[in-house]
Amino acid sequence: MATLQDFRTNEKAWWCPGCGDFGVLAAMQKALVAVGANPATTAIVAGIGCSGKIGNYINSYNLHVPHGRALPAALGIKLANRDLMVLVAGGDGDGYAIGMGHFMHSLRRNANITYVVMDNHVYGLTKGQTSPTSEEGFQTKTSPQGSIERPIHPLMLAVSAGATFVAQGFSSWQPQLASLIQKGIEHPGFSLINVISPCVTYNKVNTYDWYKKNLQNLDEDSTYQPTNRARALARLHESDEMVTGLIYQEESTPYEALIPGFRETPLVHQDLNVDQATWDKILSTLE
Amino acid sequence: MLAWKIGGDQGEGIDSTGDVLAIVANRMGYYVYGYKHFSSRIKGGHTNYKVRIATTRVEATTRRTDILVALNQETIDRNAHELDGGLLLADSAFNPVLPASAKAHLLTLPLTEIAKGIGSAMMRNMVAVGASAALLQLPIAPFVEYVAAKFEKKGEAIVEANRKAVEMGYQRIVDEYAALLTYKLGEPMPGDRLVISGNDAIALGAIAGGCRLMCGYPITPATEIMESLAKWFPLVGGAVVQMEDELGSMTAVIGAGFAGARAMTATSGPGISLMQEAIGLASVTEIPAVIVDTQRGGPSTGMPTKQEQSDLLALLNGGHGDTLRVVLTPGSVEESFEDAVEAFNLAEQFQTPVIIATDLSLSLWQQSVERSKLKGPTQPIRHGVTFSREELLTLGEGVFQRYQITADGISPRSLPGEINGQYLATGVEHGPSGKVSEDPINRTQMMNKRLLKLQAIHQVREGFKYEGPEEPELILVGIGSTVGILREAAAHLEAKVGVAWFRTLSPFPTERVQSVLAVAQHILVVEQNALGQIRQLMTVHGVADARFDSFLKYDGVPFLPEEVVARAKPLLNLLEVY
Ligand SMILES: Cc1ncc(C[n+]2csc(CCOP(=O)(O)OP(=O)(O)O)c2C)c(N)n1
Ligand code: SF4
Ligand SMILES: [Mg+2]
Repeated sequence: MATLQDFRTNEKAWWCPGCGDFGVLAAMQKALVAVGANPATTAIVAGIGCSGKIGNYINSYNLHVPHGRALPAALGIKLANRDLMVLVAGGDGDGYAIGMGHFMHSLRRNANITYVVMDNHVYGLTKGQTSPTSEEGFQTKTSPQGSIERPIHPLMLAVSAGATFVAQGFSSWQPQLASLIQKGIEHPGFSLINVISPCVTYNKVNTYDWYKKNLQNLDEDSTYQPTNRARALARLHESDEMVTGLIYQEESTPYEALIPGFRETPLVHQDLNVDQATWDKILSTLE
Repeated sequence: MLAWKIGGDQGEGIDSTGDVLAIVANRMGYYVYGYKHFSSRIKGGHTNYKVRIATTRVEATTRRTDILVALNQETIDRNAHELDGGLLLADSAFNPVLPASAKAHLLTLPLTEIAKGIGSAMMRNMVAVGASAALLQLPIAPFVEYVAAKFEKKGEAIVEANRKAVEMGYQRIVDEYAALLTYKLGEPMPGDRLVISGNDAIALGAIAGGCRLMCGYPITPATEIMESLAKWFPLVGGAVVQMEDELGSMTAVIGAGFAGARAMTATSGPGISLMQEAIGLASVTEIPAVIVDTQRGGPSTGMPTKQEQSDLLALLNGGHGDTLRVVLTPGSVEESFEDAVEAFNLAEQFQTPVIIATDLSLSLWQQSVERSKLKGPTQPIRHGVTFSREELLTLGEGVFQRYQITADGISPRSLPGEINGQYLATGVEHGPSGKVSEDPINRTQMMNKRLLKLQAIHQVREGFKYEGPEEPELILVGIGSTVGILREAAAHLEAKVGVAWFRTLSPFPTERVQSVLAVAQHILVVEQNALGQIRQLMTVHGVADARFDSFLKYDGVPFLPEEVVARAKPLLNLLEVY
C-alpha cells in the first residue's frame, strides 16, 4: 500500500504561504492513499494557474497542458489506458472561463475522471484579475470599479448539465475534503469536486474567515439527501452555493464502458496488428 | 478513355448515381476517377459528378466531357460547353434546350416517365444508369448484378423495379439512338481494385498503423475519416470521440499519446488554426500525435467545398515559439494510405506530432486503387525507444529521466502504469527529469534536442520523389492532388518532362530536392494557393534559383492537366530557341 510519502515529490511547493492550494494538495494525497492508489497507475492532468502547479508536487504520471485544456487531455489518457486512475486539477479560470466548453461536455460525457477545481474567485497566477466566479462588485486590476458581470455558479451548472457526481469542499476542512475527493475517485463516472481554496494575496474579500462564517456544511444536515437533482439545485440556489459536502450523486456507467466494441483491456495493452479476416471485412464495406 | 458526367440539383442522388457507374466500371476492370462539383448546401443548387473511365490509371479530372447526363436545364447550361462533339442525354421531362454555341448531339429520353411507369419517379437515376451503360457501349449484365446486390435488403420488388429501370434505359438507347453509339472504351485491364478516396485510404492506413482512438470535430472535407473509423473501429476495439471542438480534439489525442496509445485527429483549415496551441504542447512535451489536415479554401471559413493548398505555412509555423513539426504530403490515394501508417510510426519513434497534409481533391475524389496496395495485417509497428517494465524496475525509484540528453535527441519514454517511470510532462520548459527549469543552458540544450532529433527522419523516408526522364528539360513540382494532374500533363507534353513531389515538407528535405532538381533546365512549381507557399519554402531553404517558375491557382477549382500543359509548353519552346 502506498503511503502519503509515496505521493510526494522532492519539489518544494511554490505557492504563497497560506494559499488554499496547500490544503487541496494535502487532501488529494490523502484521498489517493485512502483509495489505495499507486503512483505508477495514477495520472494527474493539471491546467495553467497557481493551481496548475499541483502536478509538480504529486508523484504520479503528470501531464501539464495549456490553459483550459486539462479535461480533454484526461479523456485521452483514460481512453488510452482505462486501468489508470485519472485526476484533473485546475483553477476557476482554467475550468470555468477558458475551459468552460470542455467542462460542460465532460459532465455530460461522464468518463471516469475526477475533477478537482481549486476555486479562489480570482486569477492568481496572472496577479489578480476577475475570474468567472468573482462576485459582482469584486475589484481587481481589470475591474477597478468592481466586476459588473454576474458570477458563474459551477455547481448548479454541473447538476443541470447531467453530472453524476457533484461536491464542494473547503481547503481548510481537510477530513471532509479528502473524503469527498476519495468518493469522487471511487465514483464510476465523471466527478466534480469544487474546492474553495482562498487566495491570500489577491482576494481580500473571500477570505478564510469569510468562508468559515458563510459556508454551511451539508454533513451536519441529516435531512439532506444528495440523490435528487431538483433538490440539489434548490439547495444550491437557496444557499448561493455556499455549501460543502456531497451535493449530488447518481448511479453511473462511465463513458468508456458504453463505447461500442471498446474492450476492457486498455488500448495500450492490445495487439495492434489487424488479422486478415477483420481486414477483409473492413475492405468489404468499400466494395 | 472516356469522361461521363451527370448533373442535377443537390439532393437528387447525383452522388450515388455516379458511384454506381464508377463502381461497376471498376469491377469490369476499368480504371475510374470521380470528380464531384458540389457546394456547401444540402438540398438544391447545381451539383455534378464526372467519372473518367480508362484502360490505364487515371488520377485527375479533365476539361472534356464525352457523355453528359442532364437532369435539368441548368446542367446543360453550365456544362454543355465541355462536350466538344459529345453526347448529351437529357430527361425529356424538362424540355431540354441545347444552347446555340454547344457542339453536341442531344438525345432525349423520358427518364422520369419511364421510372414512373415502373412504379416510382425515384428510379429515374437508375434509368439514366442503364442509358449511360448503353452510351458507353458497356455490357448491361454487371450493372444489373450490382443493382440487384445493392437493393437486396429492400426486398424482391425493389430489386425487380431497379433492374427493370436499368434495362429499360439501356434498351431505349439501343433502340432509338443506335447510330450515335460510336464510343469504345477498349479492353479492360482485369484486376482486384477498389474505388476509394484519400479519406478512405487514411482511415484504412490509420487502422493498419495501429491507431485505435480518433478524437475529432466534423468539418468538410475531413469528416469522412471520422465517419469511416466510427464504422470500422468497433471491429478492432477502437473508439471515435466526437469532441466539443478542435482544441479538445487535439488535446485528447495528446493525452492518449502520453498514455501510450496511437491516436489521431482529422480536420481542415479552421480546425488547424484552433489546434495550434496544443500542437505546440505535443512538440515541447515530445508526445506522439497524428493530425490530418485535408486542406480547403481559406482563410477563415473560406471556401469549404473547394480545393486549395494554402495551409502549408501554417502547418509548419502556425503555433507560437520555435518548433519543428513533421509534415507529410501524400501525392496519391495510395500514398495517403502509406503515410497514415507511417505517421504513427514516425510520431512514436521521434516522439513528435506528425501532420499529414492532404487537400480536398485528394481526400474526397474516389479512384481505382489496387487492393494489393492496401495491406492491413502486415504493416510494421515501430514504437520507438521505450523503457520496459524490467528496465524501469532495475533503474530504481526516482532515477528515470524522461528528457535525458542523448546523441540523437530521442530520450526513451516511460508509459503510465509502469513503476519508477513517473514524471511530469509539461508545456513549460523543463530539464532532463521533466521538472520545470528556466536555466539558460538547459533551455538551449532542450531546444536543440527537439529541433535536431527530427532531421533523422530523412534517413527513414525519402522526402522528395521524382518520376521521369534522367535528363529532363523541365520538372513539374507539386504536392497532394496536384501530383496526379502533373503526371497526366507530363504524359501529354512529349518533351523530356519529369514530375517531382514532396513526401515530407517538414523537416525540409533540402539535399534530396537539390539532387533531384540539379539536372533540370527548367522547374515549374505548380501549387494551389495565392502566395506560392511551396516556392517560398524552397526559397527559404536555398533550393530555388533562376530556373524556377510558378503556376498558381486559387479559384477553388483543381488544376486541369490541359492547363498545366498550356502553361508548361512555352517554357519548353523557350528552351528550344536557345
Ligand atoms: C491561452 C492562455 N491565455 C492566457 C494565459 C495566461 N494565464 C495564465 S494563468 C491564467 C488564469 C489563472 O486563473 P485560474 O485558472 O483561476 O488559476 P489560479 O492562478 O487562480 O489558480 C491566465 C489568464 C495563458 N497561460 N494561456
Ligand atoms: S497568488 Fe493566490 S492563488 Fe497564487 S499562490 Fe499566491 S495565494 Fe495562492
Ligand atoms: Mg483562480
